[in-house]
Amino acid sequence: MPLRCFGMVAPGKQQRNNELKIAFTTSGAALDAPLDGRFGRAPRFLIYDLDADTFEVINNEQNLNAAQGAGIQSAQTITQSGAKAIITGHCGPKAFRALRAAGVAIYNADAPTISAALDQYRNGELVESDDADVEGHWI
Amino acid sequence: MILAVASGKGGTGKTTVSANMARALDVDAQLLDCDVEEPNAHLFLRGEVLDTEVVGIPTPQVDPSLCDGCNACGAFCEYSAIVSFGKAPILFPEMCHGCGGCMKVCPRGAITEKDRRIGVLETFQSHNVMLTHGRLDVGVAMAPPLIRAVKGKMRGDAAAILDAPPGTSCPVIATLRGVDYALLVTEPTPFGLHDLRLAVAMTREINIPFGVLVNRVGVGDDRVQRFCDQENIPILMEIPDDRGIAEAHSRGQLMVDALPEYKERFQALFESIENLTRENPDGKSE
Repeated sequence: MPLRCFGMVAPGKQQRNNELKIAFTTSGAALDAPLDGRFGRAPRFLIYDLDADTFEVINNEQNLNAAQGAGIQSAQTITQSGAKAIITGHCGPKAFRALRAAGVAIYNADAPTISAALDQYRNGELVESDDADVEGHWI
Repeated sequence: MILAVASGKGGTGKTTVSANMARALDVDAQLLDCDVEEPNAHLFLRGEVLDTEVVGIPTPQVDPSLCDGCNACGAFCEYSAIVSFGKAPILFPEMCHGCGGCMKVCPRGAITEKDRRIGVLETFQSHNVMLTHGRLDVGVAMAPPLIRAVKGKMRGDAAAILDAPPGTSCPVIATLRGVDYALLVTEPTPFGLHDLRLAVAMTREINIPFGVLVNRVGVGDDRVQRFCDQENIPILMEIPDDRGIAEAHSRGQLMVDALPEYKERFQALFESIENLTRENPDGKSE
């Protein structure tokens, strides 16, 4: 982990727990797009870089239509993106275990859009989840 | 001969047909109830339990001291039952289909297998019929491995009749693989026709010769018969919507016992299917 000088970061943009990139679940492709309530079967992930204030969008369509294991595979996708936190509506038990094992922090948010959820995150209004908040879909 | 009795729609009479056909034969017959999520042939063929056997599927266990977190196992697994994020993998045994692939691809030999119980097999003898069914454990969602275990009890020296689960998904495919003929049971209703179309498409896709039995004729219309005409699908038997049959069924009685005229009809049905498979030993009913 490279050393970082937190004194250089502007007020209101302080990183929490070295979460440099955070992921959002969405059906859209921009910051004003709705936050999707599903994690494993979210159509897309928006990966936001808190340092650079830039983002990229990752397609998750193949998991949207997966018969099973969507949450686990989505957790792998998030890990590969380099995101250290995920902000989503709900997270099932298998996805939760996988994200935990990968060291990704999970925040449940009910904000209507990504930008609103991002504001909540920056303002410290989101609490890191310590358990799955919905049942699995398969069994 | 291995005959599967299947249907798209549930509740059309698969168990009625397969249990009666097995009993109607004058010779030893095997009935294999492949509806492991809800076996029910034993309700009609009561008999002595001959044998009980626990069935499991091999699932991985990992020695963390040997694992270097390369995720070769996770990359291989089609069902995300094992996944590594740079350290020893986490396991989701309920997702594992027991293929053994993770163990084979692990470059460090860190993975071994242990059996995870999924259900039991029970075998009964009732007159001329040896009935084997599988009973999937509560909470287990994966029927095909147990269905394959039920089919593994086929002896090969007697006619085998397989009572398939309803629908057209994996458990039905697991039942139909390798059979000589499929008898699709339906009813003359819009639901019956709709699900028969699905069952016909599935059976054609896996290239198994098939014919149709229409049960409860008189309750609906003739669209099932017209569909079979158009598609050149043989209708091998029609059973009327008859109060006497329903009453026997509700008492857990077989038709062939309660209404003796059906013994010959089911024997004739079985013989006609045997003849069809002899004429066309390599498949294709059309």
